[in-house]
Amino acid sequence: MTEERRPFDDQRMDAIMGRLLQSGVLLASAVVLVGGLLYLKAHPHTSVNYRTFVSEPAELRHPGALLREVAAGNAAALIQFGVLLLVATPIARVVFAVIAFAMERDRLYVAISLFVLAVLMFGLLHGV
Amino acid sequence: MPALPFTMLIFAGSTLAGMLGALTGLGGGVVLVPLLTLVLHVDLRYAIGASLISVIATSSGAAAAYVREGFSSVRIGMFLEVATTLGAVFGALLATRTPTRALAIIFGLVLLYSAWLSRNGHPEDGRERKASPWSDRLRLSGQYPDGQGGQIPYKVDRIAGGFATMFGAGTLSGLLGIGSGAVKVLAMDRVMRIPFKVSTTTSNFMIGVTAAASAGIYLKRGYIDPGLAFPVMLGVLIGSLLGARLLVRARVSVLRTVFTLVILALGVEMIVNGWMGKL
Repeated sequence: MTEERRPFDDQRMDAIMGRLLQSGVLLASAVVLVGGLLYLKAHPHTSVNYRTFVSEPAELRHPGALLREVAAGNAAALIQFGVLLLVATPIARVVFAVIAFAMERDRLYVAISLFVLAVLMFGLLHGV
Repeated sequence: MPALPFTMLIFAGSTLAGMLGALTGLGGGVVLVPLLTLVLHVDLRYAIGASLISVIATSSGAAAAYVREGFSSVRIGMFLEVATTLGAVFGALLATRTPTRALAIIFGLVLLYSAWLSRNGHPEDGRERKASPWSDRLRLSGQYPDGQGGQIPYKVDRIAGGFATMFGAGTLSGLLGIGSGAVKVLAMDRVMRIPFKVSTTTSNFMIGVTAAASAGIYLKRGYIDPGLAFPVMLGVLIGSLLGARLLVRARVSVLRTVFTLVILALGVEMIVNGWMGKL
């Protein structure tokens, strides 16, 4: 490793990534906490059963519909929105890696990060 | 059971799972899934969805500290994430087509393997390490702090083998909703001969991205239930924070032995239940 000072190096990238991940988790937890408390307040005595698998309702499974439900004050939707924020945190870190490697002019790793990002987007959007 | 006590119960269990996961380095998922399915009788698919959420939360939370300490390698992580994310998408697609009985048996086997791995300590750093000529070309070589202000350089070997093992780790993660940190460490430490501290911290750093690759598929399939995700996510996060604090004072060797036995018992129970079609 050379000792020359570069305006942007792996160490700076590490530091920013750490903050990014921390903030993402904190934000997602806060949203989930609020959603969870509202959810419990809305139906504290409803009986729950997770013994048999019933897929979640459609409005909780698609981002567009989910946002409409959040706006309508649906507590379950707010929790799912927090979950989406949590899932977005590692994705944001890959997006940041693309930018950081580009600033380091490391073309190989820009390509690698972009590929990882493409797989993530496939999983998130396609869903099969 | 009414929602309020059930939520409290899940929250308490998740806190415990997160704490044990942080103390032993195996992650919360390996305790959480058996706890939800065997003790609280949650359907395995809901348990897997909830576990995946807990995995992303703890990985991102812990990675924040690790990356700043300079142990984990962003480059090795990103390079190997090509394999783990592809594996995770593949695994998540398989999961929706695999009967829960088979999933339970596979999960049990992974538990047994994790138990075996935590018994057999890792080889010491500083042994003779070979290196692949591709190590420098792919810029995977790096250095990590030696704890006395210096840096220890390292190179990477058997890249193809490590890559293939990582694909397997990703598939397991997508299939079972766990971080499969044990397999990731195996790929880096044993196959690619990356120093143990770099392997474990980079593994932790990668787990969140691997899990995020399959989360979308699980969300769309309705495996992630808000009523479960809420207490599990918050519980595991608080638990892992507590665990990290305790780690300084805890007698990890005793803890590890107890944990190994628990994992072993849970693994056998998952396999038996899966075999008899009870899950």
